[in-house]
Amino acid sequence: MAILKGKKVVIIGDRDGVPGEAIKACVDTAGGETVFASTECFV
Amino acid sequence: MDLENQKRVKEFAEQYGPENVVVVVGAAEGEAAGLAAETVTAGDPTYAGPLTGVQLGLTVFHVCEPELKEEFDPEVYDEQVGMMEMVLDVDDIVEEMTAIRDEYCKYL
Amino acid sequence: MNSVIKGASYILAHTPEMVIHNGTTQTTERIVNPDGDYLKALPSHLRSYEDCVNYWPNQVYIGNATPDELAEVAFPYYDKTKEGASRYGKFGEIMPEEEFLILAQCCDVFEVLLLEKGFVAANKEKLAADPIITEDILARVQEGVELSEIEHFVNDEHAEGLYHAGQLVGCVKRAHDIDVNLSAEVMHENIMTKATSVLALLYAVKNAGISKDDVEYVIDCCEEACGDMNQRGGGNFAKAAAEIAGLKNATGSDARGFCAGPSHALVEAASLVKAGAFKCVLVTGGGCTAKLGMNGKNHVEAGMPALEDCLGGFCVVLMENDGVSPEINLDILGRHTVGTGAAPQNVIGSLVADPLERAGLTINDIDKYSPEMQNPDITKPAGAGDVPMANYKMIAALAVKKGWLDRKAIPTFAKEHGLTGFAPTQGHIPSGVPYIGFAREDILAGKIKKAMIIGKGSLFLGRMTNLFDGISFVIQANTAAEAQKEAGVSEEEVKGLIAKAMKEFAASLLAE
Repeated sequence: MAILKGKKVVIIGDRDGVPGEAIKACVDTAGGETVFASTECFV
Repeated sequence: MDLENQKRVKEFAEQYGPENVVVVVGAAEGEAAGLAAETVTAGDPTYAGPLTGVQLGLTVFHVCEPELKEEFDPEVYDEQVGMMEMVLDVDDIVEEMTAIRDEYCKYL
Repeated sequence: MNSVIKGASYILAHTPEMVIHNGTTQTTERIVNPDGDYLKALPSHLRSYEDCVNYWPNQVYIGNATPDELAEVAFPYYDKTKEGASRYGKFGEIMPEEEFLILAQCCDVFEVLLLEKGFVAANKEKLAADPIITEDILARVQEGVELSEIEHFVNDEHAEGLYHAGQLVGCVKRAHDIDVNLSAEVMHENIMTKATSVLALLYAVKNAGISKDDVEYVIDCCEEACGDMNQRGGGNFAKAAAEIAGLKNATGSDARGFCAGPSHALVEAASLVKAGAFKCVLVTGGGCTAKLGMNGKNHVEAGMPALEDCLGGFCVVLMENDGVSPEINLDILGRHTVGTGAAPQNVIGSLVADPLERAGLTINDIDKYSPEMQNPDITKPAGAGDVPMANYKMIAALAVKKGWLDRKAIPTFAKEHGLTGFAPTQGHIPSGVPYIGFAREDILAGKIKKAMIIGKGSLFLGRMTNLFDGISFVIQANTAAEAQKEAGVSEEEVKGLIAKAMKEFAASLLAE
């Protein structure tokens, strides 16, 4: 069963890992609905 | 995890039902990914945010994990994440995320 | 002609009490979890001034050791001692908290910072013994007030306490009863960034071997905001700090861009000098009290010292081309544009590969890359990884994709073209600029020819845009001699052309 398709997706990206907007672009292609995308910063 | 982000995660779980919400993280290291995953499943381990003591048990993955990766358009993934994947220790991330999911996820 | 880097300064102020009282990780914890284990454990994890001075990355930051020497030290660094460590380094110093509080008092011009009489008396001479602190600054020291007055302001008037060795020794009062932009918390943050900026300005002038009167313009690139409720980011930290530093011929302004601020400011400063608007421009950035102990929870949990116990500061002096000093080459500029996007490869592509390609260069033409130079001792236990190393891996991976680098060379790329991170996690402070002092020396010594400074900024934290940001530029060996030679030849050519045209004109007149 698909993990993302038809789900509400909450994205917690990382400035020094993968940023939220980059994850969102991927999630969009998997049929997930991004309801929130943010990017955290530890530096 | 940032306190505001914890608040939003909690609100979305209440609004849509925890079984309908998937959290995707992009942390730079396995441990940080594990901490984020723990926060949205077993509660905030740092006892600081709105998810302290809240066991949402949400489904949570790191964007570089194979199960998630196979659902993405490979071209878009390569364009957005491909090179970062080469930089990250994906094995370590998968190990940390799997351990947290096995223990705390309620909807898998 | 390109502007040159005449000198640079790097300073730290050891402020362990501000970690407890002013770092946002701790102030947040006091609100949400006041009785938690973290706040109880933190004080025993704070370092003594001596430990802070003996810490390898701090010694590199002020210029007493090089990043290459740090790379030879076994990781982690916090349990090692730098032999021969010193308060003073060739780029600046590590100022102890008690002296820094006196300096901060000198930087307050609205009588909002009060110190206790006995504390001032006990520590004024210590600050006076610092060779960089001039008489005009010492003349600003106030003799102080009774402790009861300080207690009154802290207990009844919302003042922020100033502490030393666990004792209340002063306070920063609010500057307005209603306006949150002038609250005690904001005034404290702004006076401390101003004081670190002043210290950086003083060392920069000394290190560049210029007179204070030579400075015509100062750009401040920190991440704080000063203003009141009608203009909360009105400014102007640059001019405020220049006033205390005694740069009386200077005006200035503030440039902001989160952690990318210093790189934006340096490109602006280099442009002002190259355009001839000003002959001498200083780019300065003071420290950030909010970020003290930012990753303290992770450090305490790992049983290590809370390493984020210093305010940082830096200043770079840009001047008209002197024919010797390294230049900022404004023809090779990288920029993260609105259309670049957030994908890490696009970010690095826009900042590193694109400008090199436009200039007909490849990744191998730059000897050293200075991206975000955060000390991995601080970031690794916090789960943010080794930030400079991640940048180098990305640059190398991109170079492979472009066909500039063999895949097998990826592991050695960081060693050859990279640097070990040594800067405190003070936001804008580690962003590209910590290497400029060393880069100037390495280029003058002929060790390297070109260095790229890369600044990146997390604009999304301000909730105004989801965009990331960044800007990069190249520092290179002085090319004035070559440029003059080229200009000289063309001048002769022009004269020749004019002479030829005159002859032809005369001939045509004669023919008529």
